[in-house]
Amino acid sequence: MPLHQYHFNASISSSSSTFLAPPSAFASSSRTQNFSLPLRNSEICRCVATPQEAKTPTAYKTSVSRNANIGKLQAGYLFPEVARRRNAHKEKYPDAQVISLGIGDTTEPIPDVITSSMSKKCQALSTLEGYSGYGAEQGEKSLRAAIRSTFYADLGINDDDIFVSDGAKCDISRLQVVFGSDVTMAVQDPSYPAYVDSSVIMGQTGQFQKDVEKYANIEYMNCTPVNGFFPDLSKSARTDIIFFCSPNNPTGAAATREQLTRLVQFAKDNGSIIVYDSAYAMYMSDDNPRSIFEIPGAREVAIETSSFSKYAGFTGVRLGWTVVPKELLFSDGFPVARDFNRVVCTCFNGASNIAQAGGLACLSPEGLKAMREVIGFYKENTEIIVDTFNSLGFKVYGGRNAPYVWVHFPGRSSWEVFAEILEKTHVVTTPGSGFGPGGEGFVRVSAFGHRANVLEACKRFRQLYK
Amino acid sequence: MYKLLICNSTLSDKLFDPGCLHTSFGIRKEKKDHYTNVPRNANLEKLPKGYLFPEISLRQHQHLEQHPDASLISLGIGDTTEPVPDIVTSRMADFASGLSTLEGYRGYGAEQGNKELRKAIAETFYKDVNVKDSEVFVSDGAQCDIARLQLLLGSRVTASVQDPSFPAGDLDHETGRYHRLEYMKCGPENKFFPDLRRTSSTDVIFFCSPNNPTGHAATRQQLEQLVKFAKDNGSIIVFDSAYATYISDDSPRSIFEIPGAKEVAVEISSFSKFAGFTGVRLGWTVVPSELCFSNGFPVIHDFNRVVCTCFNGASNIAQAGGLACLSSEGVRTRVNYYKENAEILLDALASLNIKAYGGQNAPYVWVHFPGMNSWEVFDMILEKANIITVPGCGFGPGGEEFLRISAFGHRESILEAARRLKALFS
Repeated sequence: MPLHQYHFNASISSSSSTFLAPPSAFASSSRTQNFSLPLRNSEICRCVATPQEAKTPTAYKTSVSRNANIGKLQAGYLFPEVARRRNAHKEKYPDAQVISLGIGDTTEPIPDVITSSMSKKCQALSTLEGYSGYGAEQGEKSLRAAIRSTFYADLGINDDDIFVSDGAKCDISRLQVVFGSDVTMAVQDPSYPAYVDSSVIMGQTGQFQKDVEKYANIEYMNCTPVNGFFPDLSKSARTDIIFFCSPNNPTGAAATREQLTRLVQFAKDNGSIIVYDSAYAMYMSDDNPRSIFEIPGAREVAIETSSFSKYAGFTGVRLGWTVVPKELLFSDGFPVARDFNRVVCTCFNGASNIAQAGGLACLSPEGLKAMREVIGFYKENTEIIVDTFNSLGFKVYGGRNAPYVWVHFPGRSSWEVFAEILEKTHVVTTPGSGFGPGGEGFVRVSAFGHRANVLEACKRFRQLYK
Repeated sequence: MYKLLICNSTLSDKLFDPGCLHTSFGIRKEKKDHYTNVPRNANLEKLPKGYLFPEISLRQHQHLEQHPDASLISLGIGDTTEPVPDIVTSRMADFASGLSTLEGYRGYGAEQGNKELRKAIAETFYKDVNVKDSEVFVSDGAQCDIARLQLLLGSRVTASVQDPSFPAGDLDHETGRYHRLEYMKCGPENKFFPDLRRTSSTDVIFFCSPNNPTGHAATRQQLEQLVKFAKDNGSIIVFDSAYATYISDDSPRSIFEIPGAKEVAVEISSFSKFAGFTGVRLGWTVVPSELCFSNGFPVIHDFNRVVCTCFNGASNIAQAGGLACLSSEGVRTRVNYYKENAEILLDALASLNIKAYGGQNAPYVWVHFPGMNSWEVFDMILEKANIITVPGCGFGPGGEEFLRISAFGHRESILEAARRLKALFS
């Protein structure tokens, strides 16, 4: 398997967008504007390993040692890397209509009912009665209550088990701070890169083993078509923490009630803590559990994290939540929620009050209806993509319960397929190996996009692979 | 600011709302409870002696129970009170509405922050010291960035903090975040600047100027000493300049005004106290590209990696507001308002011959009650004048005998507080 190496790009890659100028003062730009990033090579970018030392010697160095844990990371975080490639491609082909089905970024406008509440909150901040300063780090009471009643009704979860955040990615790192460096963790393979990367940064892992493309000391639970994307728990070593995402990013697989019951049992038998990522639950078409807490006994073994990002188009607005049940205890009986609360109070200062106002509107009856419509739109996109690859004879997974299509390219390097698709169709996808060695041979096609772009992308796929 | 430990409970004007106190938590000792086999993080294991702000909340609550009709004035928690200028909120409102349109919708932003905002921050605050846009990282606030810096540096680093500082207390036992924690005493006797000859070398030096809670803005000469000290010892200064906009004299507003600082310092700041963004959440950190680890590796590269992995950018609406702030003079008026508040408090205390420090370069007045226990002074002022303050010992042993009075508040409250203090102490 060819080793992927990444450019050490001295200029910091950024994922996307600029602000649209409201009238006058600010430079307006559209999202399709070319970025003026220097192009490293004129050919398709190869990657080089991130050097451990600075390329240019500086006159002075502090005596502070570099954190060896960060040194273990092999490359940049996956999505800025994809963005960097996309930007370089745009530079190379300034006239091409590049379509992004790579980074899972929502594209459709946020429903009015939600933005108007945020607008109102902004305006209220200019009034004496409406001004509010510091909020509770755990989130506004009304929002915590609304999250509970919307997603966790009758599941034995209380309002104060819910911690509002600025997004699941941030919560994952805060959870890692709670757990510390002396725990072991398991992830699905493939999985959302933040679980592994945050674990490395936290010092839970050993070195990256190039031959197997895995970090030592992480248990990678292989999820493939062969095992229905649910790990063989009988072959999984015990770890303290198990990250489990369902519906899954990137495979789109949604675990069944039976599977989750086994997972909860596994965690219980091993005294493990499941960190259950349910950010895509509302995309579920099948009758699978939306929350881990639907499984009896889960409150004693699991934390659930979720997000408004993919439901409300809040990828830029930043709002999510994590549920830590009171029943979840460390080995000495100390409630995990107390330590999480402590970390939330000291490493965080609450989600933006404007975003929280938006969140409350999201969970109103009108807001929920509006969100379901947008989700439905993305699900239609997913169907179109699934149909396209099916018709081309590909083995296609996911798509039914998540806005991701997991396409199999047996025997091929996923970065090569990514590059080929990008070069030949100007469509950005995400290489499966970016999610772990279990993703090799697959490409993730995200279904977020304007309908016209999705249709056009599919047209180009058909041309390429006919 | 770097609340490594201390919970910031929401002290609303009306009701006691201890966001951090979970009295419903008890450790259940029933046998049937399932205990996982996951060991508790040793670093979090030791509880602090008492969280500062929840303790204040508790005393406030008790006071209100005994005196339900008391008209309490809160000059405790450093929370802004005045509305955000229209020019800023209308821009945020427009941006929010824009998210409902095709042209105005924005998804993920760069984790490092919006390009224009980074540029505006560099130009507004660092124009003369050549900080590049690419060295500015927009955050959801200084507290969050400090946690990210901690992730960056890892748990083996040693650190020193000013004493008093926010937060404080027995940090080393309580969080175990730092392998070793040194306290640098700052008081009237040393012009609120530590005697560096008596200070041991640590990897990281936290330095806040203008200072919370003392209000002291370090002089150029003092900061030159600090930079030299860092350079001689190979340390990294984490310079907190969140109150820089409150400076009245010509004290440096940024550590980067000191030559050589770029090789030894990062600077953290926030929109909280000058834009009233305590709830909106926006700040930034400057990591100079010159700053290197001992092996020559640029700190900025790793900070960027942490930002990309552990964070997903500040809210785009907050960032739109930040951009509007920096292009308008409107926010100046709020800072001036709070500074006038501070003056009123300083005048009142001066007229009582009570020694007060700070207040001129920061929205905090640091009042000295020689020989008195700061909790006792806190209790007395609460009991007799119905004013909430913050006992100095909450900021570290160097704060004993002092009281922090915050200058955030509506003018009438400040004037009333001044009246009550005069009545109490004359």
